[in-house]
Amino acid sequence: MKRPLEWQIATVRAIRPETPEVKTLTLSLPDWTAHRPGQHYDVRLTAADGYSAQRSYSVASEPERKGEIDLTVERIADGEVSRFLDDTVAVGDRFEVRGPIGGYFVWDRSIGGPLLLVAGGSGVVPLMAMLRHRAAAGLKDLARLLYSARSPEQIIYGDELEALARKDGLTVTYTLTRSQPTGWKGYTRRIDDAMLKEVSGPLGPDALAYICGPTALVEAAADGLERVGLPAERIRTERFGPSGP
Amino acid sequence: MPDRFVTRGFVGRREPAGSAEASRIPPGQHLVKDFPVLSAGPTPRTPLASWSFKIEGLVKEAVSWGWDDFQKLPAQDFVKDISCVTKWTKLDTHWRGVSVDTLLEHVELDRRGAFVTAFSDGGYTTNVPLPDLLGGQAFVAYEYEGKPLAPEHGGPVRLVVPHLYFWKSAKWVRGLRVMERDEAGFWESLGYNNHGDPWKEERYTGD
Repeated sequence: MKRPLEWQIATVRAIRPETPEVKTLTLSLPDWTAHRPGQHYDVRLTAADGYSAQRSYSVASEPERKGEIDLTVERIADGEVSRFLDDTVAVGDRFEVRGPIGGYFVWDRSIGGPLLLVAGGSGVVPLMAMLRHRAAAGLKDLARLLYSARSPEQIIYGDELEALARKDGLTVTYTLTRSQPTGWKGYTRRIDDAMLKEVSGPLGPDALAYICGPTALVEAAADGLERVGLPAERIRTERFGPSGP
Repeated sequence: MPDRFVTRGFVGRREPAGSAEASRIPPGQHLVKDFPVLSAGPTPRTPLASWSFKIEGLVKEAVSWGWDDFQKLPAQDFVKDISCVTKWTKLDTHWRGVSVDTLLEHVELDRRGAFVTAFSDGGYTTNVPLPDLLGGQAFVAYEYEGKPLAPEHGGPVRLVVPHLYFWKSAKWVRGLRVMERDEAGFWESLGYNNHGDPWKEERYTGD
């Protein structure tokens, strides 16, 4: 399979705000192919004089939705592409994409559970594709999501996660590290070994872990999961770092 | 399909055309000042006492250095621009390490040797044609910006092949295996380009 990944022109079908800094763009693709949850697309924007910029964005939607993909984009303060996608792009606009890309940070029914997902901030996006696939495909593998966010307002997909967690086998645990709603009884600290042990314990030693977020969180969670007994080869990582602009 | 589809309203933020910086940024890349970290799994931490670096495969006699012996090899300073397939480019990074040319002086290469697989702690591998590692193009680094190379950036040592996308610059490298035939490494088996020249935008399989 040496067919190159061709650029294609996506059309923005819908834009949904998720948090003050995060939006989801629904793109329809003329040459859609099913992605594996966790994969990303490259976006290429080209100015009238030929200058172009590229960035990668994880697919948030499940592959069961045919013909279109959701990209969830966090606005980065000085972000050349993310700011354009946030400020300027409107429904009906078109831009180039190619994908799906990436073959390691992926999970689907062929891999199976139990599944441990650890997210920091917008690192939840590729993990959401996995959970949406799990639900759409009717999979019952045990799954746990540990999601670190600064405040309740910064939680992406909160309502949908709550609905998903009402079904079989998924538990969602938050840690809110800067501000919490009144009466919050959940975690308020950065991810540490004790938290990882509590969250991952019920999954047993066969769990497969996917960690996505800023580098400090990914390092802490990956090291911590090794310390609480998960083998390194069962821990897959992806970073959303300051590489974003 | 047009070669480049113009995006309504997009101007972009760029280095001034014709500037020294602009001419050093490969297509589709953008400049960063920080040093992003990317890796597929946990950061391995091998004690220096049990660390070694090997050259094996199609060589008359394999060679292996422990940490202290590796430090005694003639080192050089390198100033290089690096580009990651995730689209960032960083200019003028400072490294200290041993060039692959110097390492290969310690073995007798079999003339059939044409490709190299770099192998790392944690099981990571990447493949590079032997000529891409020669002539001062590649080195095994243990210092970055005057300090010991941090574990998340590949320390204690990483391979640096700055003229190829940075996944070829294997973190936590433990050796080079000289081979007759090319063998796809970790990312090369998972959709990424076999060669990875940023100036040709060899990002993914088939590019």
